[in-house]
Amino acid sequence: MNSIPVRIDRRTAIKWMLTAAAATAASTGAARLRASPAAPVAAEGYGTDPNLVRDYKPGDLWPLTFSEAQRLTAATLCAVILPAQAPHPSAADLGVHDFIDEWISAPYPNQRDDRPVILQGLEWIEAEAQKRFGRSFPNLVRAERHAICDDICSVEKAAPEFSAPAIFFARFRDLTAGGYYTTPEGMKDIGYTGNLPQATFDGPAPDVLKRLGLV
Amino acid sequence: MPLLDTRTPKEKYDVIVVGSGAAGGQTAYTLAMEGAKVLMLEAGRNYDPSTETPMFQTHAQAPLRGSSTPDKPFGFYDATVGGGWQVLGEPYTNASTDPKRQFSWWRARMLGGRTNHWGRISLRNGPYDFKPYSRDGLGFDWPIGYEDLEPYYDKVEMLIGVYGSNEGLENTPNSSPGVLQPPPRMRAGERYAKHHGAKLGVPVIPIHRAVLTRRLDAARIAARLHPKNPTAQRHLIDAMNMRAACFWATACGRGCSIRATYQSPTVHLPPALASGNLDILTDAMGYRVLMGEDGKAKGVSYIDRKDGQEKEVFARIVVLAASAAESVRMLLNSKSPRYANGVANSSGLVGKYIMDTVGAGLGGQIPALENLPLHNEDGAGGEHAYVPWWLYKEQRAGKLDFPRGYHIEFISGRQMPEMRTVAGLEWLTGGSYGRKFREDARRYYGSFLHFAGRGEMIPNDGSFCEIDPVVKDRWGIPVLRFHWQWSQHETRQAKHMQETARALIEAMGGRVRDQPKADGADAIEAGGKIIHEVGGTIMGADSKKSVTNQWCQTWDVKNLFVTDGGPFVSNADKNPTLTIMALAWRAADYMLEEMRRGNL
Repeated sequence: MNSIPVRIDRRTAIKWMLTAAAATAASTGAARLRASPAAPVAAEGYGTDPNLVRDYKPGDLWPLTFSEAQRLTAATLCAVILPAQAPHPSAADLGVHDFIDEWISAPYPNQRDDRPVILQGLEWIEAEAQKRFGRSFPNLVRAERHAICDDICSVEKAAPEFSAPAIFFARFRDLTAGGYYTTPEGMKDIGYTGNLPQATFDGPAPDVLKRLGLV
Repeated sequence: MPLLDTRTPKEKYDVIVVGSGAAGGQTAYTLAMEGAKVLMLEAGRNYDPSTETPMFQTHAQAPLRGSSTPDKPFGFYDATVGGGWQVLGEPYTNASTDPKRQFSWWRARMLGGRTNHWGRISLRNGPYDFKPYSRDGLGFDWPIGYEDLEPYYDKVEMLIGVYGSNEGLENTPNSSPGVLQPPPRMRAGERYAKHHGAKLGVPVIPIHRAVLTRRLDAARIAARLHPKNPTAQRHLIDAMNMRAACFWATACGRGCSIRATYQSPTVHLPPALASGNLDILTDAMGYRVLMGEDGKAKGVSYIDRKDGQEKEVFARIVVLAASAAESVRMLLNSKSPRYANGVANSSGLVGKYIMDTVGAGLGGQIPALENLPLHNEDGAGGEHAYVPWWLYKEQRAGKLDFPRGYHIEFISGRQMPEMRTVAGLEWLTGGSYGRKFREDARRYYGSFLHFAGRGEMIPNDGSFCEIDPVVKDRWGIPVLRFHWQWSQHETRQAKHMQETARALIEAMGGRVRDQPKADGADAIEAGGKIIHEVGGTIMGADSKKSVTNQWCQTWDVKNLFVTDGGPFVSNADKNPTLTIMALAWRAADYMLEEMRRGNL
């Protein structure tokens, strides 16, 4: 256990999202915001004795959910949260949006709770793009995307009308970061240098100890 | 692994051992290496760590990036097979609906049981821990003292390989010279905690874990463990030579294909199988102890999970090592007109005094650990350091509002990223995304510490298990029903744990994410969550007040033993596995001697 667990109360998040979706639907036209964009997940889990040494890809174990449009919106948002920055690829370059699709399509309680938050959040962000700029989110320019994201990137600071989308954004950012930093490219970016066999373990290098005032 | 795959056991064995984990593995090892013919029953499937362990897999190769699910509660790569908090078709129940009175029961259905995923923390009980009642009037004394178990701690540590140091601290015993493996160096955050903990008088010392930091000195150890038995020495040397030293990568909870960590299928079972004296039947779910007309156990019945049939096997001695609660279940399910309360239960105490470990903790963020120069902190796949209980003097002086002690486990910091590594950072980042978020992720990675207190629970009358009068599992076996109750002894201790964690974090210049709970009852983990289930067949010096004697032998049935955590009389803060193995070895030595004498 090396980090603090996520504190998002998913059930609260869902409630807020549903409320928000209804409110947004009233203000922007119900046709765009059909209340349930996907059926509930009915697949089986991987059980208590899965093969641990094979490679799993999104879609291997249960069917995915995103439509092409949703997938594109999710990829765009992934790249807004973690854009390419040489030599590091963007989250979309690494297919993190497909991982998010895998996540929200999974037959487990946490993922089931996230499902409406993510799907309705993607719907909201599309509607917001149309409302503000008359184009879909993937077709916005960087400044336009940021104009929307700046309003929803902090749960604490978001204006009341953005409180539900801010919950969505926080969840989407956590999933994007988790999806990204668990890849070899992401691990390299964040500075994880392990998972390699070593002849010895020498402890922290002198420069580390010096920084900590321990030498 | 060569098992009894024909599924046709011999007609009769010297000993049947039910269970293949720390207790069953050690019992079978000691018996088989010294010539007894042993049949081991394991409820789960065969398991081969050399081919099934995900050693270098990254989380990106796993479903859901390896996150915890109800199917794999400790994450996808946790070694547990067929189990977790629930086993499909094999429920247990809780008597109360009160959320604070629940017991959660972790089980595995695999060869080696819970040893495959455990944390490998191997702490000895100290002298005080065997005489707790004499010291503070609570609970019970053990019928043995530290001096009785000390040689067995040495033997187990030599056999399985334990790293650590001898610090000579109060009630924190040293191992004998030449027993321990060298401890790994502390990681940056561990050293930083040690440095700043000293200001609070909180000692941070090398922990003891069952991981090889160098190859075992096989010939020397074999000669010490099996004097005058060259055959056993040869088998042990061969098995030890199969074990590599840790290569300082991959988490031990996944299991270890190079056999650097202790787990029963790579350490206890290979030499025992090589001796030719051990047969193992997997997918054999222990059900009842079969009693003879003479009042002795004659064997065990089990459910063959391949065909669902109840079958019987026979031996001179029956050993239950199925986990404390599972062994209780077998004893109680063995009831018959002659044994109306179950077998070995004339005291009425089978199932009573189930204990877990008190668990509570708190995490925080340490600015000094931000943006450190890149370095590899994988280390030995688990803790290198810990805080042993240190407030003996204050407790004697009456300055604490709870009895007994706790230790603190923690690990820093730059472990392999997983879903939660860069999650929930908004309290630090203010909600960044884009390039700033990438910078923040690098900055905060490795700067979190979580201090987990692990403390002693006093046995109480409200914590026990019994047979549920209604519910049966998929095999038709009546299941356990748990009763659970923490007392103020534990909840006050849990509160103290959180306050200590906050003090440590703040001493390091950090800040906690959540404040300690005002009421320890809100801080304490639910019963069973630390997976240190012990008690239920407690040992004692009086047959009316205990189920087993000091040899883990039931008072009522002299050829029936319980060598798992069941005979624990108290549950010191020290993690129980090492003590389970030491007690099992001692009990097995007694069985061998009694067989030689013709008493069993």
